[in-house]
Amino acid sequence: MKKEEVPQDGDNMHEGKFKQLFYATDDAGEYVKVNSVGWEPENIAMQQAWEEVNTKIEDARRRMQAGEVSPILYYMEKTIMDLPLLASYVNKFQWQVKRHLKPSVFRKLNDDILRKYAAAFKISLEELKKAGQ
Amino acid sequence: MSEIQFNHVQTAHCECGVISNIFRFYGLDISEPMALGIGAGLFFGHLPFVKVNGVPGTTYRVVPGAIFSRVCKRLGVKMESHTFSSVEKATAELDRVLDKGMPVGLQSSVYYLPYFPPSYRFHFNAHNLVVYGKKDGNYLVSDPIMEHATEIDPASLAEARFAKGFPAPKGKMYYPVVVPKEVNFAAPIKAGIKQTCSDMLNIPLPFFGVKGIRFLAKRLRNYPEKVGDRRATLYLGNIIRMQEEIGTGGAGFRFMYAAFLQEAAGLLKRDDLSQMAQELTAVGDIWRNFAFTAGRVCKSRTATGNGYAELSDLMMQCAASEEVFFRKLAALKL
Repeated sequence: MKKEEVPQDGDNMHEGKFKQLFYATDDAGEYVKVNSVGWEPENIAMQQAWEEVNTKIEDARRRMQAGEVSPILYYMEKTIMDLPLLASYVNKFQWQVKRHLKPSVFRKLNDDILRKYAAAFKISLEELKKAGQ
Repeated sequence: MSEIQFNHVQTAHCECGVISNIFRFYGLDISEPMALGIGAGLFFGHLPFVKVNGVPGTTYRVVPGAIFSRVCKRLGVKMESHTFSSVEKATAELDRVLDKGMPVGLQSSVYYLPYFPPSYRFHFNAHNLVVYGKKDGNYLVSDPIMEHATEIDPASLAEARFAKGFPAPKGKMYYPVVVPKEVNFAAPIKAGIKQTCSDMLNIPLPFFGVKGIRFLAKRLRNYPEKVGDRRATLYLGNIIRMQEEIGTGGAGFRFMYAAFLQEAAGLLKRDDLSQMAQELTAVGDIWRNFAFTAGRVCKSRTATGNGYAELSDLMMQCAASEEVFFRKLAALKL
């Protein structure tokens, strides 16, 4: 890749916060470092990954509001976690977390365990409880 | 707490960048591409059974930490490295070493680094950064992929250091204790090249090296039929991200490795290495072409026409070119 060919397809995925670095060759064929604001395929892949995340969040929100699942699923999706990751944050087995996704089980959880979930989601205990009502 | 003069230089890849920045602090000048080459960081692997968020894993580099340990071994640098059972102990030890005026490397999760653009903040736990002091209660950070040095509050840093998941950082911190001032790069360069050639050509499993590229190319062809259009684009998107997202310097480390070969050619006075650098640049351009086409296929979302077959052919071309390249490189008498 030549220096002039380093893509500059900014679509603000980096929010102007930083430019990534590419290695490209100059006219003499020597490698130099060149900053880039982004590249189309990377932007597409990144947008797509976030769309997937957002679809999952919206889906979880809908199911939570319909009373099909507990707020734990919604906040799990919102913090981009999956079952194994969330289980390790709250120090439970995956099957236990899976049970807690049921609204009926969630309502019976004590404050100690709810506090662990709230901490993992970085929200308050009240917020988590309120979402479950 | 003392503030030391730490010369922050932006790099493409965090692990190589931390090596380059920390070693320079101790007077050992090593560029980022040189760290990649000596640490034999270039690689390829596709593990369909190791899934991250349900997407099969693809890598263009060796496993995190390997570059660091190889560079240290080959250059005779001795590192002190610790993990911790609690945030308190980890913070105390970090402060103690910083007080001695030594910059410290930390493993962290990007999800908890507030100075990152939100779009990059996934749960990725193998990010490396350097903390080199404290100011007004915040830690001074040299994050190699950022343009400038920055700061982080202690609470966020603690969260980043103690993120859960794989690989769990467990507060891991590291710093050099013995750094030789004068190093002859010749032997480490040769050892690094030899290892990379071997990794790319000789691993007797279908998932790794040139075989791995062919393996993925074959699977790619059948993604739409196997997993459906939606998942196929997600799988493809992940390949693009591993290849082109921040950290690789473009074309999945191929350009950075070419830069290494060029630098090595100058140091060892070997024109044939500089020729190899040019050839790898050409291979990198095929990878870029692959990413570009893959981006278009992702965007169209449906597997119209023969998009995936075309991508599969392109990746086969990458495999063929890399095989030729690494066989040639391996045959050089260094």
